[in-house]
Parts: sequence; structure tokens; C-alpha cells
Amino acid sequence: MSIFLDEKTPVIVQGYTGRIGSFHAQEMIDYGTNVVGGVTPGKGGVHHLERPVFNTVKDAVRATAAEASVVFVPPPFAADAIMEAADAGIRFCVCVTDGIPAQDMMRVKRYMRRYRRDERMTLTGPNCAGTISPGKAMMGIMPGHIYRQGNVGLIGRSGTLGYEAASQMKAMEIGISTSVGIGGDPINGSAFRDHLERFEQDPDTHLVVMIGEIGGPQEAEAAAYVRDHMTKPVLAYIAGLTAPRGRTMGHAGAIVTSAGESAAEKVEILRAAGVGIVPRPSAFGSAVAEALAGL
Amino acid sequence: MDIHEYQAKTLLAGFGMPIARGGIAYSPEQAAYRAKELGGEKWVVKAQIHSGARGKAGGIKVCATENEVMEAANTLLGRRLVTTQTGPRGKLVGRLYIEEATNIAREIYLAFVLDRASERIVCVASSSGGMDIEEIAATDPGAIVRVPIEPAVGMQDFQAREIAFALGLGAAQLAEAVKALKACYRAFRDLDATMVEVNPLVVTVDGRIIALDAKMGFDDNALFRRPQISELRDKSQEDSREMNAADRGLSYVGLDGNIGCIINGAGLAMATMDEIKHVGGEPANFLDIGGGASPERVAKAFSLVLSDEGVDAILVNIFAGINRCDWVAEGVIQAMQKLTVPVPVVVRLSGTNVELGRQILAASNVDLITADTLAEAAEKAVAAAKFHQSVKAEAGERPR
Repeated sequence: MSIFLDEKTPVIVQGYTGRIGSFHAQEMIDYGTNVVGGVTPGKGGVHHLERPVFNTVKDAVRATAAEASVVFVPPPFAADAIMEAADAGIRFCVCVTDGIPAQDMMRVKRYMRRYRRDERMTLTGPNCAGTISPGKAMMGIMPGHIYRQGNVGLIGRSGTLGYEAASQMKAMEIGISTSVGIGGDPINGSAFRDHLERFEQDPDTHLVVMIGEIGGPQEAEAAAYVRDHMTKPVLAYIAGLTAPRGRTMGHAGAIVTSAGESAAEKVEILRAAGVGIVPRPSAFGSAVAEALAGL
Repeated sequence: MDIHEYQAKTLLAGFGMPIARGGIAYSPEQAAYRAKELGGEKWVVKAQIHSGARGKAGGIKVCATENEVMEAANTLLGRRLVTTQTGPRGKLVGRLYIEEATNIAREIYLAFVLDRASERIVCVASSSGGMDIEEIAATDPGAIVRVPIEPAVGMQDFQAREIAFALGLGAAQLAEAVKALKACYRAFRDLDATMVEVNPLVVTVDGRIIALDAKMGFDDNALFRRPQISELRDKSQEDSREMNAADRGLSYVGLDGNIGCIINGAGLAMATMDEIKHVGGEPANFLDIGGGASPERVAKAFSLVLSDEGVDAILVNIFAGINRCDWVAEGVIQAMQKLTVPVPVVVRLSGTNVELGRQILAASNVDLITADTLAEAAEKAVAAAKFHQSVKAEAGERPR
């Protein structure tokens, strides 16, 4: 099994007919994702990549029974696109867009609270590479071939560092059930904690790897969740040991502004909660292999 | 993006925050003229740089005559002011703010921040103003008031009143305090700020409330809809290398080590720096060239990293996801042929078409060191930097 996404999940693409949306929609289709159509306001009625285009997400959901959406809409309009997906009954949304204003995301999160928890869309990103259930389906911009199908759950804030981890694991013949990118922004749709919960419930995930970084409270919240609720082993790596305080390291959210947000502090918090620490980024493969051997 | 104190005050005043009268000056003559215009008997000459802690660094001078104002301006203008927040190079004082002096009865700390845990704008205030918030948090954490603002309705009067009373303000200041608090909140919300800090907010001897110092930071991702904020940018306050990088779509942060880094993706960049540290080296910079890693970008990255004279070796670590290693390899070779790279270069490629990429690197006549794994790349870069350092030292000792 996998979480959020498999080969049957009907997926739509918001920003479908744009250059970037088209390119990645085709990659997703080639990987085997069940892309059932796309949304570009004003272009409803035509076909693109042999699939229907709709004016609104609600039209798309009505016609295709889409359950998941991937957002390739430019930053000024992306928050609106996410709220449109939430209101149309989409269950799982990946927002790839980088550069959404933080206050827009604040409003998106507030807006989504109007839905009951069991009816609320799960949002991943923004500013993430996407989610993949290897061998089944992919939503986002990642290269599918670097992932091997298996039983390790992966959650990460960074795109290429997630690729690094997945390919180290593949080289050691370790596979992944689902890899979830939660994104590098200060306000994320969902956090490590939310996905740990899903992986804990997924019978085919035996171990979870978290790839965190400096900035924000997410890793500490995840540590508390692992300590109190997880039965499956969790490994973590925190990037940014050498990052100076108060500087933004590429990702808008990768900045240490208050106590507990540095890499060293997060490592200590996670270790104290019983999370296994991947000591250096070249050791993802070996650390996961060792942890799996102990199961 | 950061702005100057006088700019922040002007913006806040536009939302109803009371400020002292003042004016900007770019020369000692202008400074003296401003003082004359303002009138009164005492003025404060304030160096405008993007940093706090200016007072302790000698950037704020109280003057009793127009002549003193002129002299203070003369000392400050054109000087690099080093504060606890600027780093050793300090920041250039290119403009001054001349303000009428205020008779202070008490000082309050007031800030609005975007709190990532609650995903809300939070008001942070303390009755012990004048110190920075870390100091207050360390000495008297109980004195800090934190009030989250509900984004759907914004800051309510009752919240502003609660904060005012918690700060020990009396009935006489209440209306003014509520107005000041709401001004900060509205400015934060309407201008896409990431931080508004008024430290200190003062109560004057005659009972008025005034923002004596103000600092604002803005969300770079929202500047597309805030042209009036973009206009306030002062490039003289930014690190020239970081600014050059940003203008070319690269993200660069200079550090103190000697191994230059060229990497795609912020997380992988931080991780590669960690790996360098782990094998005994020190990174010279953070540099994320973005997902694409086109030849043009790689070339720009090389010249950027090489503009730091402390660099003894360069580590290129590219994970080709949607692009291809063969293409990245061509880019690296082209960049190295075009530029003179006076330090050893270690290249590690991974991802799509990695074998082809490695073949291209191996077959080229460009002098570079290749590595297959992250650990190997970091070890080779550290060794190459040590070697280059020793060669430099030897060359330096040789008699001319």
C-alpha cells in the first residue's frame, strides 16, 4: 500500500495548459499517474494532452470524480487555486509553486479550517517537489526513476535532498512506500506530524525517514508525536548544521529566528524523543539499511 | 527585504502611529538645516543603516546646537558602522535621520511577527523596552505578552486594550495605545510585512505615546504586489555578492570557510555543507543555483563563488532531476573553459543520465576532480583545498 496516492487515484492538474504544467503533467502521465484532466480558467471545453480541460475545479470534479490535484499556478494566484481545490472536495493537493506570499498561506490555512477535519483536504507544499508512491503514481516534479518501490515512508522539506536520500536507498536496494514533500516555506499545508500519523496507519510502511532542516517548529512537534504515538521506527536528518543564525538559506522557511530552530537543537529534541539520527547526509542509505535489519 | 528606521516610521505614521518630528539628511549641511527647520533645543542625529543596536555602536548622537548636529553628521556620514548585528564589515552610513529630542518617561517593547507555530500574526510586547527581546526573554520571560491575531477578523480593540493594560499603561494613554497597536497590525497586514518592531515605544513626560525607533521587514515573495515597498530598497545596505546572486536568480550566503559550494536545491546545499564540515572542512558559502542548473547558471555560479578570495577549492554537487547529468556536465565544462578557475574543482553528479554525465567529464580536457558519492566529493574537496593552501603558502614564501 501507499498513502495518499496510487495508480488508481484520479488526479487533475491546476495550471494544466501552461508551459510548466504541461511538461510535468506529461511526465506524470508517463510515470503511470491516472491524470484525468486539468483546469485552466477560460480554457474549459478543449482537450490538452488527450485529456479534458475545465474552467473550474468543481467542473473537473463533477466530470471526472477527481480526488487529487497538483497545483502549477504562478505565485500571485496559487493561494486562490488551493482554496478552490479545497472547496471543490479535492482530498489531496500538492502545491509545487515556489514564492507564495506568507500571508496568503496564512489565509489559506485559516480558510481550510471551515471544513470538518474528516472532510478537509490534505495540502502538501507549497514549494515542494511533490508526492510519489513508487511504481504506482507521482504528483509533482520529481524524477520517478530514482525511487524504488518498498516499505520505507519518506517525508521531506527539500526536493533535491529527498532525491539524494531516495537514490542512496535505491543503490542499496531499499524501496519506498510513499515519499511526501512538505515544502520549504515558512507556512506549510501540512507538517511532518500529519504524515507520520498516516505512515503509522499504513500496514506496508515499516519505517519512516524524516528529512528536516533549520527553521520553524515542525521537527519538534514531530518529535513529540513520535514519542507519544509512533510504534514504527523513525529516522531523521536535519540539514543546516553550518547555517548561520538569522540568515535565509534558499528556502523561505530555512531561517533560524528563535530558540529550538537550529539544526543542532532539533537533532537533540528528536534524539530525546527516540528518533534515530542519520549522522550525515551521505549516510541515508546505510542508516536506513541498519534500522531495517533491526526490525 | 529590510528598510530604514525613517522609512518604517513614515509607513507606520500613515496608519496612525504617532512619531516624533524629523527629516532626512544626506550631508552635514542638510543635517544642520533640518535641525533649524525642526526648531527646538535638542536633536537626535540617527545613522540610517539596516541594523539594530546602533546606539551602542555610536550611531545615535544627541545634539544641543545646530553646530553639534553638523559635526555629528560629519562624523557619521560615509563611515561604516559596526554593530553587534552587522558583522565585522559593518554597514555604510549614507543618510541620517534628524529628529526632535523626546523627553522619555518610560520605554516599552512592541513587535508584531509572523508566528510559524500558530500560523498567525502575533503581537509580542513587554513593559521593559529598550532592550532586545532575546534579552527580555532571558532575564524576565514573564514580562512578555503574546497575543495571536485571528486572520479572519484582524486585531480587535479588546485585544489592543488587554495588551495596553498588561503593559501597565493607564487610562490616560489607552486610546492612544490602542491606536498605536492597531496601526502596527494594519501596516503588517496591508504591506505584507514579516516583522514590525517598535523598540522602544515610549510614553513621554507629558503623557504622549511615540514610536521612538521602528524596524520593518517585508516578505520578498509579496513584493510583486507592493511596489511602494520595493521602492524603499537601499542596495548600499546589502552584501554586494548576495545582491548580485539574487539579481541572477541564485541564492547565495557568504560564510567564513574556504570551500566554495555550487549546488542545486536549498536542502541539498545545506546538506553538502554539513558533509564538508563532517569531514573536517569549512564551507565558504551557501549557493543554491535552483533546480534547472543550466550552463549559464553554472557559469554565473563559478564567477560568484570565485569573487570570494578565501576560496581554496570548489565543490559542485548537482542532482539532476528533471534535467540531465550529461547536460549539466557540458555546462560545467563550458563554464570552466570560459573562466579561469585558479582553484581545484571537485564535481559530483547524480540522478538522470549520470553515467553519460560522468563519461563527458572524464573525456574532457578540463582539469577537474570527479567524485561519485557525496562523502567522496566532500573528502576530495577538503583534501584539494588543503593542497591548494599549501601551494599558496609555498608560493608566498618563495623569494622574488
